[in-house]
Amino acid sequence: MDPDGAPLRTRLLALVPLAFLGVFFVYPVGTLVAIGLGFGEPIPGVPGGSLGDVGGVLWFTVWQAVASTVLTLVVALPGAAVLARFRLPFSGLVRALVTVPFVLPTVVVGAAFLALIGPDGLLGVELDRTVWAILAAHVFFNYAVVVRIVGSVWAQLDRRSVEAARVLGASRPRAFLRVTLPALRPAIAAASSVVFLFTFTSFGIVQILGGPSYATLEVEIYRRTVYLLDLSGAAVLSMVQFAAVAVLLAVDAALTGRQRAARLVPASPRSPRGFGEWAFVGVNLVVLVGLLLTPLAVLVERSFATSDGYGLTYWRALTSADASSVLPAPALETVGTSLRYAVTATLLALVVGICAAVVLTRPGRLRGAFGLLLMLPLGTSAVTVGFGFLVALDEPPLDLRDSALLVPFAQALVAVPFVVRAVLPVLRAIDNRLREAAAVLGTPPGRVWWRVDLPLVWRSLAAAAGFAFAISLGEFGATVFIARADNPTIPVAIAQLLGRPGEVNSGQAMALATILMVLCAASLIALDRLRPTGAGGEL
Amino acid sequence: MSLSVSGVSVRFGSFAALADVELEVAEHEVVAVLGPSGSGKSTLLRVVAGLQEPSAGRVVLDGVDVTKVPPHRRGVGLMFQDHALFTHKDVAGNIRFGNAWADVASLLSLVGLPDAGPRAVVTLSGGEQQRVALARALAPSPKLLMLDEPLGQLDRELRERLVVELRRLFVRLGTTVLAVTHDQREAFALADRVVVMAGGRIAQVGTPRDVWEQPASEFVARFLGFTNVATASVEAGTAATPWGRVAVPAAPGPHPVLVRPAGVLLSVDDPGDVTGVVEVATFAGERVEVLVRIDGAPLLEAHCPVVSAPTVGETVAVRLDPAQIVVLPRNSSE
Repeated sequence: MDPDGAPLRTRLLALVPLAFLGVFFVYPVGTLVAIGLGFGEPIPGVPGGSLGDVGGVLWFTVWQAVASTVLTLVVALPGAAVLARFRLPFSGLVRALVTVPFVLPTVVVGAAFLALIGPDGLLGVELDRTVWAILAAHVFFNYAVVVRIVGSVWAQLDRRSVEAARVLGASRPRAFLRVTLPALRPAIAAASSVVFLFTFTSFGIVQILGGPSYATLEVEIYRRTVYLLDLSGAAVLSMVQFAAVAVLLAVDAALTGRQRAARLVPASPRSPRGFGEWAFVGVNLVVLVGLLLTPLAVLVERSFATSDGYGLTYWRALTSADASSVLPAPALETVGTSLRYAVTATLLALVVGICAAVVLTRPGRLRGAFGLLLMLPLGTSAVTVGFGFLVALDEPPLDLRDSALLVPFAQALVAVPFVVRAVLPVLRAIDNRLREAAAVLGTPPGRVWWRVDLPLVWRSLAAAAGFAFAISLGEFGATVFIARADNPTIPVAIAQLLGRPGEVNSGQAMALATILMVLCAASLIALDRLRPTGAGGEL
Repeated sequence: MSLSVSGVSVRFGSFAALADVELEVAEHEVVAVLGPSGSGKSTLLRVVAGLQEPSAGRVVLDGVDVTKVPPHRRGVGLMFQDHALFTHKDVAGNIRFGNAWADVASLLSLVGLPDAGPRAVVTLSGGEQQRVALARALAPSPKLLMLDEPLGQLDRELRERLVVELRRLFVRLGTTVLAVTHDQREAFALADRVVVMAGGRIAQVGTPRDVWEQPASEFVARFLGFTNVATASVEAGTAATPWGRVAVPAAPGPHPVLVRPAGVLLSVDDPGDVTGVVEVATFAGERVEVLVRIDGAPLLEAHCPVVSAPTVGETVAVRLDPAQIVVLPRNSSE
């Protein structure tokens, strides 16, 4: 368009995400790596810790992730089929409900499962501190990932391929195995790698439900840092995790790069026919409601259930300063803190994410490397990031320990990849001739973005903002390191309350988790309604 | 507005999209650039609009060199191929995009779509989108209007109707027009003058009738749809073509010649020097289009009156009408 000006503008735009990632990702994580390798100043007062049972932790991390992924696929694939293939009453509502657990903070999910299967849990079986609780919570949490990624492809598969196979003599199961499943394989692979990644780096769920005997790498890093003060051991573990995630991402990229895309047509759901189909739909809806809604409903129920019957005791306790010795101030104040942090983090994530997405739509030689750098925080554990902040940003030249922006910066770092992934496909889909048409019609280069791109992407931007907001609200792994002790966020306060004995503490945790659940679900659902139907954007 | 393009070249790496193009368009003139896809005609429009910077050469509008002027300050109108309407705006919003004070109602009635202002562009048919795109391009009152494949995607009946409407509109508005098309019928119907492009170069410039009657090269002849083109050796005013001998007004030596299908005379009854066998006969309404196989020569296309057309398999005598032979220039660049 403007051959001389555009590259310079693009370079200036690229500076924003590059500076952000440099200061708040590369520098902290790099410092951590240096400490782990024994460079840099030794951290005073910290003995050189033994690495202990790293192999055991790594083994548990891997096998629980594999088990969680397989279980999630088994439970969620039929659900994806039901929502993708059939036109049902309230299917819009069901789809929205399915998404809610995914945006819930892991702390809330952990609290909900404690309420269900913990001590005095509703089901009467005490499964907390067992691996079953962890696996169940992982399935609950990741159900939406499979339904969204696989379901969107499944809904748009060309039904005529199956019909052609049937006409050619294939039975229904055979047509499914030979035609439908191969077409779904790339989507299933993509969903599996996302679920594996999330469960491999699982923190809040394992921390709350696993008890002392189970630890993923992520949990072990946290324990070493906070309880054992073994910073070098934690740094080495962070590097192990970083390397494992890098391998995962590379394998994922290699796999997805080789896959052929199936031919997609507009979705055409139909009503179920016959007893078999209705039974299939019915069973899956029961599973869906039972699995997804029960823990959330129980969470709410527990917040009202006191030892003297139902009442508002725990909710009232949220507002009083002396009812709890765990928190420095009335628990309700954490809501204000969390909202302030989340708004700031969302704005930061939007600015950085939009600049990055715009740069990625422009031609350039280093675009591939730039895109990879942007996705790295997605693959890096939040605990690693928080720990990196702790060791790197607490002394000159960058001493941000007391800055009110420290937590929002960490939360924005976690949210930026999601913003980029939501906006980039929509920006890429804009026909460049629209921008040229605007130029020929007299629009100066600086205003084309405002007059053409922004009106076309603002709905996706709003949805991305809702997502970033929910992520920031619920962010736990990084925030727990750097939130100031006198000013915790909701998830941090929940974890602290759950970590102490006492009915009032756990009751308050349930009430706070209810508030957080409502905030996250509301922000997501409100802004998701704005998303244009059929528009791109992942997750 | 007058337009002068001189010495314009556009290179993408080692590929020359435009090579040393010269073009003059006078004020109020309607010029159509005609060429196959990849001939550089759209690139030429983009250079004039300022969307593509030329590697060499100058673009002059009304005597002012605008080669370095960005597109938003050139004051030209461009109607894009496939229209490129803004889907986030309604019809009126599209028309007002380039001129906030545009008289939407009169522009819409000008293009034959009164009352379409509040409609969403996604609800428009192809022909309606084309009209809205035209109204949008006209709204800032450009003195030079450019159209890229204005009727490209429309069905044939609609094209034939719209091409007449466009021609009337251009005459009425008195705008200078530069249109690009791959369809010779469209170019001939729209334009005062036709520019034929091939491989990034201008192959011929002339009125539609000039171009049709005297193609400047074998390439132009073939692009216009003529297939009976071959090299003939001329001696003493007679050309020996692969399909027989015919009198031509040309100097002795080898010449590429074009035999118009209407000038191929077939007869079943009286035997002649050259005979062939009818291989294909296609009924085309007012005539029958026949392909004749003559031993040792390329297939020969003939247009026959319906009443006297031969049928497939018949042996026919072939004569060539000297009035329908065109001797093409030698050493054509193609």
